[in-house]
Amino acid sequence: MASFLNSSIGKKFLMSLSGLFLITFLLVHLVVNSMILFDPSGALFNNVAHFMGTNPIIRVVEPVLAIGFILHILYACILTLKNQWVRPVGYDKQHSGNSSTWASRNMFVLGALILIFLVIHISNFFWKIKFTGSELLDNGGVNGVENVYLLVTTLFINWWWIDIVYVIGTVVLGLHLTHAFWSAFQTLGLSDNRWRKRLVIAGWVYTILVAGGFALIPLWVKISSMIN
Amino acid sequence: MDLTLKVWRQENRKAKGRFETYSLKNISPDSSFLEMLDVLNEQLVNGNNEPVVFDHDCREGICGTCSLFINGRAHGPDEDITTCQLHMRKFKDGDTIVIEPWRAGGFPVIKDLMVDRSAFDQILQAGGFISVNTGSARDGNNILIPKHKADESMDAAACIGCGACVATCKNSSAMLFLASKVSHLALLPQGRPEAVRRAKAMVAKMDELGFGSCTNTGACEVECPKGISVAHIARLNREFLIANLKP
Amino acid sequence: MKLNAKIPSGPLAEKWSLYKSTQNLVNPANKRKFDIIVVGTGLAGASAAASLGELGFKVKNFCYQDSPRRAHSIAAQGGINAAKNYQNDGDSVYRLFYDTIKGGDYRAREGNVYRLAEVSNQIIDQCVGQGVPFARDYGGYLDNRSFGGALVSRTFYARGQTGQQLLLGAYGALNRQIAAGNVTMYTRTEMMDVVLVDGVARGIVTRNLETGALESHFGHAVVLATGGYANVFFLSTNAMGSNTSAIWKAYKKGALFANPAFVQIHPTCIPVHGESQSKLTLMSESLRNDGRIWVPKAKEDAEKIRAGKLKPTDLPEGKRDYYLERRYPAFGNLVPRDVASRAAKERCDAGYGVGSGQAVYLDCKDSIKRLGKNLIEERYGNLFQMYEKIVDENPYVTPMMIYPAAHYTMGGLWVDYELMTTIPGLFTIGEANFSDHGANRLGASALMQGLADGYFVLPFTIQNYLAGQLSVPRMDPAKQPEFNETLEASREWNAKLMGIKGSRTVDSIHKELGQVMWDHVGMGRNKDGLEEGFSKIRQVKDLFWNDVRIPGKADGMNVELEKANRVADFLEMGELLAKDALHREESCGGHFREEHQMSDGEAKRDDENFKYVGAWEYKGPGKEPELNKEPLDYEFIQVKTRNYKE
Repeated sequence: MASFLNSSIGKKFLMSLSGLFLITFLLVHLVVNSMILFDPSGALFNNVAHFMGTNPIIRVVEPVLAIGFILHILYACILTLKNQWVRPVGYDKQHSGNSSTWASRNMFVLGALILIFLVIHISNFFWKIKFTGSELLDNGGVNGVENVYLLVTTLFINWWWIDIVYVIGTVVLGLHLTHAFWSAFQTLGLSDNRWRKRLVIAGWVYTILVAGGFALIPLWVKISSMIN
Repeated sequence: MDLTLKVWRQENRKAKGRFETYSLKNISPDSSFLEMLDVLNEQLVNGNNEPVVFDHDCREGICGTCSLFINGRAHGPDEDITTCQLHMRKFKDGDTIVIEPWRAGGFPVIKDLMVDRSAFDQILQAGGFISVNTGSARDGNNILIPKHKADESMDAAACIGCGACVATCKNSSAMLFLASKVSHLALLPQGRPEAVRRAKAMVAKMDELGFGSCTNTGACEVECPKGISVAHIARLNREFLIANLKP
Repeated sequence: MKLNAKIPSGPLAEKWSLYKSTQNLVNPANKRKFDIIVVGTGLAGASAAASLGELGFKVKNFCYQDSPRRAHSIAAQGGINAAKNYQNDGDSVYRLFYDTIKGGDYRAREGNVYRLAEVSNQIIDQCVGQGVPFARDYGGYLDNRSFGGALVSRTFYARGQTGQQLLLGAYGALNRQIAAGNVTMYTRTEMMDVVLVDGVARGIVTRNLETGALESHFGHAVVLATGGYANVFFLSTNAMGSNTSAIWKAYKKGALFANPAFVQIHPTCIPVHGESQSKLTLMSESLRNDGRIWVPKAKEDAEKIRAGKLKPTDLPEGKRDYYLERRYPAFGNLVPRDVASRAAKERCDAGYGVGSGQAVYLDCKDSIKRLGKNLIEERYGNLFQMYEKIVDENPYVTPMMIYPAAHYTMGGLWVDYELMTTIPGLFTIGEANFSDHGANRLGASALMQGLADGYFVLPFTIQNYLAGQLSVPRMDPAKQPEFNETLEASREWNAKLMGIKGSRTVDSIHKELGQVMWDHVGMGRNKDGLEEGFSKIRQVKDLFWNDVRIPGKADGMNVELEKANRVADFLEMGELLAKDALHREESCGGHFREEHQMSDGEAKRDDENFKYVGAWEYKGPGKEPELNKEPLDYEFIQVKTRNYKE
């Protein structure tokens, strides 16, 4: 096992598995968040969020998710660092655009931007819900259910630049995902010429759904507040 | 055609290289890229200068000896060809052409545009073969191979070992080269008995020789003169995972 | 010199097995005490080095390329023959043997050729075992195609890249032995000379092409597998680096050179396009399976096509002359190469040529219609693509233009049945020897011969020699005067070349030589032309030795010096080629003397006076070489006039 994890493919294997785990998490996260769109009173979202926060399965998965993030980031750093050394002298002129997409060549940069976004995102919500608490959470909470809806919508309605940060964050995430989806399967060996086409299409559908969905929420909240 | 060439010159492995600029006149658009370089060298020798050193041999796209990074692309601006098959009609009169050697830690420059690709030999020596002693094979038709498998195996086996995949990859990864051999042999029943050992040994050798890891950008298959698909890399990954699951 | 071919006695079909069961062998423990040098890593060299390594010998393998996989066998396209009779079309070992002798115009040895046909089947098995992805049919069985000079389908193939796949198979076997430590590989290393100790081959001197260093290597036996000398024509289908130097140096050390005039001009190559052209590209003979060769019937039409006023696709069927089908109804487009080449030259010389006038059409239109574009693409896709890249025309739409070009050399160092030259301990295999193809080689037989020699013949016969060498210890070249003398001679030779400091590039002189060879010693030869050619070669040689310019130094990488070394040998080689062509007052196979032809233009052989192998013996610089004759006695087959008409 040690030799496997030391090999280039072994490291990639971990990247790919943790990546697919995060891809699954994103989808669940989106489903929960989309509740904001369906019930303007916020009760639906608050109940689902409460369920997710207290459900024992999720409680167990939470640290695993954290490990997933850490592994994904750690191995991205290890692989990228190693790949920095393999071409001591670079080209004077290279037309990379002809043979590969920009996103596929810049996954580390995109990943780093997502990490920055993630820090902002966690400090905005998760950190407050979990640790520091907030007046907004207690405001209107029923039966121990915190008013997460209020926390989220207040943020999105009061600070327009937060909305912009979130939209940019989802665009970056989307670019990352355009390459990530098929690539994860490819690394696991779960692709061939036929499946590649299908996986690439599935990847685009997923990307548009997830990135589009996440971008929609702050915009929806802000715009509906302006209309009302 | 009249051309300006910007060519990488480097005296030997240790020397510091530099670009030199040359101008060429009256090149026929029907001549090949290497024939254009022949004309340059003729001109250089006539002026009592040392010719530009570049690797080349068969000049029909199969030996894999020629290399060259031309105007930012491995084997130049055309699809599915080696540099020797690139023709000057792909350029315009008055063009400036930048010619560089393959750049990769695994491929050190020997002189000018010539690089050392012996790492590829070493990777194959680690396991890129089927162990069959001369004379011990059974009748060729005793091994039945479905046509689609034989064809797919041949697709992979078409690799000419030129190194364009490494040269073009942003990580100088040799995965497509390695995958073409692993896939070629893994698809054939004759290749199965050693599949586990082969995948492990070849990947270990590739890592040891300082090639980067694959990030699935797919640039290699685009610049591969034989159009070898990255689907073979997926098979290599599969073979490698299975090899590591087995005791 | 009395030439003894050492053909075993006994019935034809049993000679080889009799030989194998009675020859001397080296026991396993003693094998590792022997060093064997193999020069060249093509099909013959790589397969021999690998097989000898498997047996336990210590092998040193050399190539001038950066990797053994680059040897020019890689470029063979069409296929490899074997007498498997998988198609149930009446093939047999005897038929393959017979076709090969007949295709070679009765100028090859029966014993050697029969052995070749006999081991052909094992080659296929061996290659399949190595993972060569030969074409298969839908049932999973091996597929075959037809080649020239045969009435059966016996050619195994891997798309249009058979040579590549076979070589990669042999290269894999070689890699396995390198990894096992039985073979030591020396790449980017060129052989400079053979070292003889007491008249026996004991090693070679090499030049490291990267550092320029000269080095000596000892071997109990030396095997040359360095290919042919078609680059004497400058423009040929050979790789740029293919050269005659190794066998030429051996010739100058006393090995006899047999039938140098037997050069194969391949009928289907892409025509010459311009002055800066550096090589010619072959379009596989297999295309003649599905392509038909034609020129316009009327000269006016040919003129219009040449002037670009008429497109070949617009010329109606009735106005096309499928001259091979017309002249040779039985074999049609699949006549042997020499016949097809001469027929193309005849049409072009008569004014029916297309393109520049030196080209004929190879038209796959009917097959595309019959079989569909997809199937044709599957069979020849890479060839069509190659054509399109070079000529810039789509061969699926417009017929390909082809013209003959120098391709393969049947001549080479004289060897006996054991593949040993007249120098004891010096063996020559593959295209570098003269042995199996007579005056013309059939398509898909070069791969067969290279691998037969390397896998199945030399590993046995070399033991018969080595068994007598047990008392010879490993020598240290540094302490052996013969090695130092040879190394010094090579150093002086290089210094002499470097010292000329003239004004002409090596390539420009090589081109001149090639032009002389093509014009005077090419497809149509005659006495006056050959004599003129002979004196012109001498002029070019003088020019070379007085006016060549090699920049740089000898001790370091110097590609101009490498080329000069090769061209210096080609210049001498060309002389011998012309001399042999001049002496052979007959037409046979690839050697066509215009004075000796039938009324219908077919070759006229002279069995009474020339049914022999002409082996030339070097007599020293400036001296005339001496001709030795090995008579060819046909015990088992009847010698006939070749007939591909009915």
